[in-house]
Amino acid sequence: MAEKLMKYADATKKYDVVFGLETHVELCTKTKLFCPAEVHFGGEPNTQLTPVSLGLPGSLPVVNKTAVDYAIKLGLALHCEIAEWSQFARKNYFYPDMPRDYQISQYDKPTNGNGYLDVELEDGTVFRVPIERAHIEDDAGKNTHVGGADGRIEGADHSLVDYNRAGVPLIEIVTKPIEGAGDRAPEIAGAYMRAIRDIVRALGISHARMEQGNMRADVNVSLRPSADAPYGTRSETKNVNSFRGIEKTIQYEIRRQAARLDEGKEILQETRHWDEATQTTAGGRVKSDADDYRYFPDPDLVMLHITKEHIAEIEAQMPEMPRERRNRLKAEWGLSDLQMRDILNADALDLIEDTVKAGASAAGARKWWLGELSREANNKGVSLEELPVTPADVAEVEKLIADGKLNDKLAKQTVAGVLAGEGTPDEVVAKHGYKIVEDTGAIEAAVDAAFEANPDVVEKLKSGNMKPMGVIIGAVMKATRGQADAKAVTKIVMSKIK
Amino acid sequence: MTNEIVKLSAAEMAAKVKSGEVSSRELVDAHLEVIEAAEPSIKAFLKVSGDVAREQADAFDAKSADEKAQLPELAGVPIAIKDMIVTKGIETTAASKILEGWVPPYDATVIEKLKAAGMPILGKTNLDEFAQGSSTEHSAYQTTHNPWDTERVPGGSGGGSASAVAAFEAPLALGTDTGGSIRQPGALTGTVGVKPTYGGVSRFGAIAMASSLDQIGPVTRTVLDSALLQEVIGGHDRRDSTSIPEGPRPMVAAAREGAKRDLKGMKVGLVKELGGEGFQPGVQARFDEAVKKLEEMGAEVVEVSCPHFEYSLGAYYIIMPSEVSSNLARYDGMRYGLRVMPPAGVPQTAANMMAYTREAGFGDEVKRRIILGTYALSAGYYDAWYGSAQKVRTLIIQDFKNAFEKADVLVSPTSPSTAFKFGEKMDDPLAMYMNDIATIPANLAGVPAMSIPAGLSDDGLPVGFQFIAPQQRDEVMYKPAAALEAALEEDWGGPIWQSMNTPWLNAAE
Repeated sequence: MAEKLMKYADATKKYDVVFGLETHVELCTKTKLFCPAEVHFGGEPNTQLTPVSLGLPGSLPVVNKTAVDYAIKLGLALHCEIAEWSQFARKNYFYPDMPRDYQISQYDKPTNGNGYLDVELEDGTVFRVPIERAHIEDDAGKNTHVGGADGRIEGADHSLVDYNRAGVPLIEIVTKPIEGAGDRAPEIAGAYMRAIRDIVRALGISHARMEQGNMRADVNVSLRPSADAPYGTRSETKNVNSFRGIEKTIQYEIRRQAARLDEGKEILQETRHWDEATQTTAGGRVKSDADDYRYFPDPDLVMLHITKEHIAEIEAQMPEMPRERRNRLKAEWGLSDLQMRDILNADALDLIEDTVKAGASAAGARKWWLGELSREANNKGVSLEELPVTPADVAEVEKLIADGKLNDKLAKQTVAGVLAGEGTPDEVVAKHGYKIVEDTGAIEAAVDAAFEANPDVVEKLKSGNMKPMGVIIGAVMKATRGQADAKAVTKIVMSKIK
Repeated sequence: MTNEIVKLSAAEMAAKVKSGEVSSRELVDAHLEVIEAAEPSIKAFLKVSGDVAREQADAFDAKSADEKAQLPELAGVPIAIKDMIVTKGIETTAASKILEGWVPPYDATVIEKLKAAGMPILGKTNLDEFAQGSSTEHSAYQTTHNPWDTERVPGGSGGGSASAVAAFEAPLALGTDTGGSIRQPGALTGTVGVKPTYGGVSRFGAIAMASSLDQIGPVTRTVLDSALLQEVIGGHDRRDSTSIPEGPRPMVAAAREGAKRDLKGMKVGLVKELGGEGFQPGVQARFDEAVKKLEEMGAEVVEVSCPHFEYSLGAYYIIMPSEVSSNLARYDGMRYGLRVMPPAGVPQTAANMMAYTREAGFGDEVKRRIILGTYALSAGYYDAWYGSAQKVRTLIIQDFKNAFEKADVLVSPTSPSTAFKFGEKMDDPLAMYMNDIATIPANLAGVPAMSIPAGLSDDGLPVGFQFIAPQQRDEVMYKPAAALEAALEEDWGGPIWQSMNTPWLNAAE
């Protein structure tokens, strides 16, 4: 049954949007949150286990210190208050993927509370997202439902459980209700999620690959008649795992809820899920008072004591945050907002920075990564990072150009060679014998030949019309297999028409 | 020969092993012989691991003198393990049907320590299912009999370990004590039982009943043996986050010092609230006499009041079941142990399988506590129940602090009564719970406590005398306990078990 939707523009005009995000970030610690089982993506099912991660009788959790340090780093990046004493609680519920049938999660005493994140939108607007908390918890295993049509539990004839993921550390970042976003709510949500991704990567605490489930979000949306009205009933769309999906979910929920409210129907407090195929959210379980996780402090774990000294130690090692870094590089490289956004959209910031670090000019690095290489990546359907060319290669090519050893055309051919796996730029150049022809005799001969072939052009040049110069240069290049230096050719042409 | 060997204390056995007079293998064989003779009437063991024990004994005997010299004093002496503690390769059930057939792939930290100490493991002893009970009658497998009167219970939950040690089936045993499960069976079987300071002995590998209360401890026939054993199993373990980051206290030295029977300068606090009304007259009489003995040895006896102890049973029966309800959730048929599929006609879902498994796998007392705990933790009730109970706990800790300002060590009867008959309290859970009235406060506060025999009541059954020491000061109770033991044994003309009939020992001969 298709739900009725209101036009987005009408919905956001008529109703005030309030939304919130609960983002799960999987930490990239070597071992699990409460035991020394090692964590790798894609291991054989049920191989990354200890008695603790399998919840065997008698096993006890012990907190992974690195995971706590990662949480503190994130807390600092999100301007949170880091609690001197935080505590793990048990969230009790029966589910096959929970080895102990309770999750260990911070509840009323999280490590990080009360922060914010400034996110920058496409047009440069900065929006402050208030953060309620960023707490530590362990992940569940993974159920695979076999025999059904679409991999969901309905219709499956049996299910398999893989506990490799059980006990992997997560941080759940919970925003406060985000108000005042209006029709930009989806955009703000997307920018916020990307900012979180950039931050956790910069901190080195998560791979933050959404397609591998390193990051996923629960999206809460509610509408109210006006900004001064009390919050409306919210829907919670669980485990959305792409940036576009999150944006679309908010958009869809705004339209769906607006249509319901317009018809005088109530919004159910329910969990929904985002269906990528239909681009809709579907209703799930209606939340009721019966959901009772019977939280209580986990008696197996002593309270976490985080001293001011320890926080200061971590603070001293904090890397530059992505937004600050972008602003700095933009200034250093003398870029406009638009130019910077092109770089970000192409996911080329790190590559360009590394290329510059390897000796290239910012302009040169940017030209390669956003031009030739972006086209190549597009054609192949891969990311820039996946191309078989490194920032060092690009810097080397740039150096060859600057040293006058390659012209643009040869440089492109050299990069093509690198992409084709022929080796480093130097190796490609050596292999093909690429070099600028410096023999003025040979160039002169080529120019003469070009003059002969294009008498009309020569007339124009002689009369002072320099526009068709390219015709001659092109012909010379062709004759010298691209190895002539365009500047040298121009010089000879000029001397001959005088 | 067997009779003489098994009646020795563990320390005496260790001395004979050291001098080469007996081998560890001979000790193991002697005890296996007694086990075979005693088990039909005692039923202390759920599983006898004779082959494992012999192998361990032989490995110890094969060590060089230098290697043996590196080991703890109890090296070579065998031990029985409450089946609440996981043993790699030896079936571990917590006396529950839900874990029937489960063979752990790992050892508890205390088991690793015993193995490293060259102490062979004789087997796994019976208990109330998941250590929930005070008579061992709640075991899903068998009823353990009290060697003093096989018509009576050995106490619980550690009735198996206590009976095994009392009946000379093992010189030593390990127990777990959540509300008195080591001390109360000790009292009822005339043995010594110690609950160390919470965090003094690693809980890693102790199947959890109530995590904030559980503690592994020694079950022995002498105070010195308990001290020796606690020093073997104690100490910090990084796999238990609640473990205290310090080594064991000097308990053996304190016990040896106590045997000199000089308690001058020691203040003994008589806990006003633990005794008198509700305590069997014979129990109270033996207790009062023992207090006099302490005085005769130079101790100053003062009365202390712990006004909040009267709420301890109430608080315990909120906190313990709350933790139980969560700790026992994992027994759901998914990964190990029993699995019961729903009958035909009922949807074959994971949730239904869990429900049928738990229905079939848990006994009544366990279910009762899971239900109590689930209720106590429910939204809307949490503050009134769990929250209030935690406040009581804080007050009880404060009571102990105040009491230890007036006295070095506190004393009380361990249990209000001597061993009762089978079935006597099975239909009245509250009467059963009252058994632990004097032992529970120490668990709630995390302080160490122990029970030693104080003689026989008018019914001819053993009475337990409890010492309680300040947190992380376990050695403080060992000194007066050893002194009292020595003084009483002088009066009795030997250990208390001399008054016990042991027909199975003659059979073993």
